[in-house]
Amino acid sequence: MSSTENPIRDLIQEAIDEHEVILFMKGTPERPMCGFSARTVAALDAVGRPFAAVDVLPDPRIRQELSAISNWPTIPQLFIKGELVGGCDIVSEMYESGELAQTLGANPPADAPAHAPVAAEPGAPPLQIDNDLVDRS
Amino acid sequence: MPTTEDLKQRIETAIPGARADVTDLTGGGDHFRATVVASEFAGLSRLEQHRRVYAVFGTEIGGPIHALSLVTKPE
Repeated sequence: MSSTENPIRDLIQEAIDEHEVILFMKGTPERPMCGFSARTVAALDAVGRPFAAVDVLPDPRIRQELSAISNWPTIPQLFIKGELVGGCDIVSEMYESGELAQTLGANPPADAPAHAPVAAEPGAPPLQIDNDLVDRS
Repeated sequence: MPTTEDLKQRIETAIPGARADVTDLTGGGDHFRATVVASEFAGLSRLEQHRRVYAVFGTEIGGPIHALSLVTKPE
């Protein structure tokens, strides 16, 4: 931890450092709250590599500090080995080219669709969103 | 509310020689998709190419422009 002046930024940086694959998203992998987050989760799920996920919605400061760290304005943001890989567009492109599976060291299942899976838009918002770091690894 | 033409012109003005094709994904004037071809993207990573386009709009991304989906290509 580099400082105590910005605990939220330190926590985000720590989460990025501690998880090899971590997705900052709107909602949770089980209940994505935005089509772009849903699509990114679907691509990661299709590759089959476990990942950690952080919901940015419960506190606007998470998104603010995350964007300050990553120099990237939108959500979702995927980090692999501490480095920003990109958002929904880049992750989807990487999925379709096979680069995502390669980067994650996973073999896509034989029945994986050629195009990035399209997740349904979320319906009604969940009653409550936990802000816990969901470690799915 | 920004229009697809506004976004196209701003991208093409800010990135010299760029050609931008912008669509409104929802018709609501806040979810856009842009395909941008520019010679200055050559040698930049995909991440840096997208950053270059996002930088045109600064804090408007996530504000009035709720979403800007990007496809970028070097000339």
